[in-house]
Amino acid sequence: MNKMTLGPLEKCPTGIEGLDELLNGGLPRGRPTLVCGSAGCGKTLLAMEFLVRGAVEFGEPGVFMAFEENGQELAQNVASLGFDLPGLIAAKKVAVDFVSVAREEIEATGEYDLEGLFIRLDHAINSVGAKRVVLDTVESLFSGLPHPMILRGELRRLFRWLKERGVTVIITGERGEGSLTRQGLEEYVSDCVILLDHRIVEQISTRRLRVVKYRGSTHGTNEYPFLIGEKGFSVLPITSLGLQHVARNERVSTGVPRLDAMLGGNGYYRGSTVLVSGTAGCGKTSLAAHFVDAACARGERALLFAFEESPSQIVRNMRSIGIDLQPAVDAGLLQFHAARPAMHGLEMHLAAMLRAIDEFEPAVVVVDPASAFVVAGNDYDVKAMMMRLVDYLKTKGITALFCALTAGEQLESSDLAISSLIDTWLLLRVIDLAGERNRALYLLKSRGMWHSNQIREFVLTDQGVDLVDVYVGPAGVLTGSGRMAQEAAEKAATLARQQEIGRRRRDLERKRLALEAQIAALRVAFEAEEAELEEAIRQGEDRESVLVEDRVDMARLRHADQV
Amino acid sequence: MLPMKPPEDSAMASERALAESRSTAPTYVLRLYIAGSSHVSARAVANIMEICETHLQGRYELEVIDLYQQPTLAEGEQIIAAPTLIKKLPAPLRRIIGDMSNTEKVLVGLDLRKKESDARGITKVKE
Repeated sequence: MNKMTLGPLEKCPTGIEGLDELLNGGLPRGRPTLVCGSAGCGKTLLAMEFLVRGAVEFGEPGVFMAFEENGQELAQNVASLGFDLPGLIAAKKVAVDFVSVAREEIEATGEYDLEGLFIRLDHAINSVGAKRVVLDTVESLFSGLPHPMILRGELRRLFRWLKERGVTVIITGERGEGSLTRQGLEEYVSDCVILLDHRIVEQISTRRLRVVKYRGSTHGTNEYPFLIGEKGFSVLPITSLGLQHVARNERVSTGVPRLDAMLGGNGYYRGSTVLVSGTAGCGKTSLAAHFVDAACARGERALLFAFEESPSQIVRNMRSIGIDLQPAVDAGLLQFHAARPAMHGLEMHLAAMLRAIDEFEPAVVVVDPASAFVVAGNDYDVKAMMMRLVDYLKTKGITALFCALTAGEQLESSDLAISSLIDTWLLLRVIDLAGERNRALYLLKSRGMWHSNQIREFVLTDQGVDLVDVYVGPAGVLTGSGRMAQEAAEKAATLARQQEIGRRRRDLERKRLALEAQIAALRVAFEAEEAELEEAIRQGEDRESVLVEDRVDMARLRHADQV
Repeated sequence: MLPMKPPEDSAMASERALAESRSTAPTYVLRLYIAGSSHVSARAVANIMEICETHLQGRYELEVIDLYQQPTLAEGEQIIAAPTLIKKLPAPLRRIIGDMSNTEKVLVGLDLRKKESDARGITKVKE
């Protein structure tokens, strides 16, 4: 019997990825939920997954009452999702009852009720102790049984009866024109209504889910894309991913030493998102390959999503620039996931990528090129998808490198409109000068670290990528042979300068020698003069002494008075 | 059948035909599934018994089964509605639902009356 509880509505978790978040915990426990949508939108799978996960993960057995497919068909259909229905039936965790409604066999003679169905359901519920029930698609009764008025009354009674039994029920219904279901089941099942949609835009299909109403509970109100993958249903509510990631200070090498130097010497932040954009053939993949190679060399796992080249093509091409990725692939460190962008819709791509990331747990992820998704969806969808991917990678602390092909002149606004999500943005650009094309690398931004503002020439050698200083002259940036010509000219100028210095030096020497000769000559002249003068002085002195002697002699002769 | 017959009036002819059919026509195996002793169930039982006695006297087996007593049969016999009458024999298998109040329709369902056309305008030809 239904217990009256005054607390908040009790939830019954579906176990379906993303759906419980959307429903704030799950479906309303003990109440019926209507899942409606057009043919082939996944109603039966949703319901079956609810039942199987309930039995396997939450210990709640379930009953699947199928009006359209028999047990064997159902088991086959869900086996593709990895559900072992026969096993669960054998273990008495799930009961499947196929209700065949064939009008051709049925003749109506007056008043009837659906007691037969009630008894079957009751018996099935009791046989496994079911807490969950699926009725898929109960509307089929309308095509098989006469007197719709009786049927409506009986269905109303059935839903009330299920509520009283306290089982959580999913009722599926085919979408009708102008109403959610053909027979207006939404009138009877008003607690929770989930609408599934499968639309095709530009030949690519996208599945979407919307919670139309949920009595007594908050729920996500948007249309959320969902996928039916190899492991079942998964809904991707964008709101479930927030800006909650922890920023890390650790750095990871770009694989190119000069580029590390441009980023303050250490490379990208771990867990950051890097965008390498550029025109065709400017070396985006090569830069990505370096990054992957460096990660694998550190012993980290790398996952490369290739949307334009096959794995073997990438490996071969990278060998030409001296990067051999094959050993990393063989060692299980590098994994490729190659797919054509137009193969699935965006959501399918995203889910496949998230799943691959979950399984491989890489430290580094490369998407080459992310711009390929523009083929698979419109700008808004691509941006939403990229945001989810970036958010997811950041929460996981995975360093991601996205390559993006830009076209035309708008190099600094990427086609993906994801530049605002990017932490480090490298722009590779082809410079067309003097009849040749050369590559240049610009570091447009790098959040949270010092980074070079200089343009570097990006050279692909057989030893990998090399970054070279460019020459900035009056004619602009010089690269390639222009740079080499400039280098030669500079070399000649240096040589000329050196020769000039030598000449000057020799001149000086010569001058010095000349001066010294002059000095020597002067000295010689001076010495000659000095000798002459000394001679004259000496003669003078001699003469003086002679005079004195003469005077003394004279005095002596004159017998001068003796003093 | 005898090759030579004395002329008969129409009443005698029908009497004879009935007698012949009784001896040669197959036995009807009927199952009536009811859900408990509701009014509808009781009505259905009374109606079908009367129909059988009137039209199939002596060549029918009618079994009345209460689904509450044997719930597994509901699944096995693909019972949805109650009451449901299943004509097991003669082939083809046919289901008649409801309280059997519309005798004509029951007779059509039991292949005792030719059906002109059903509700959807599809004409069914019966032997």
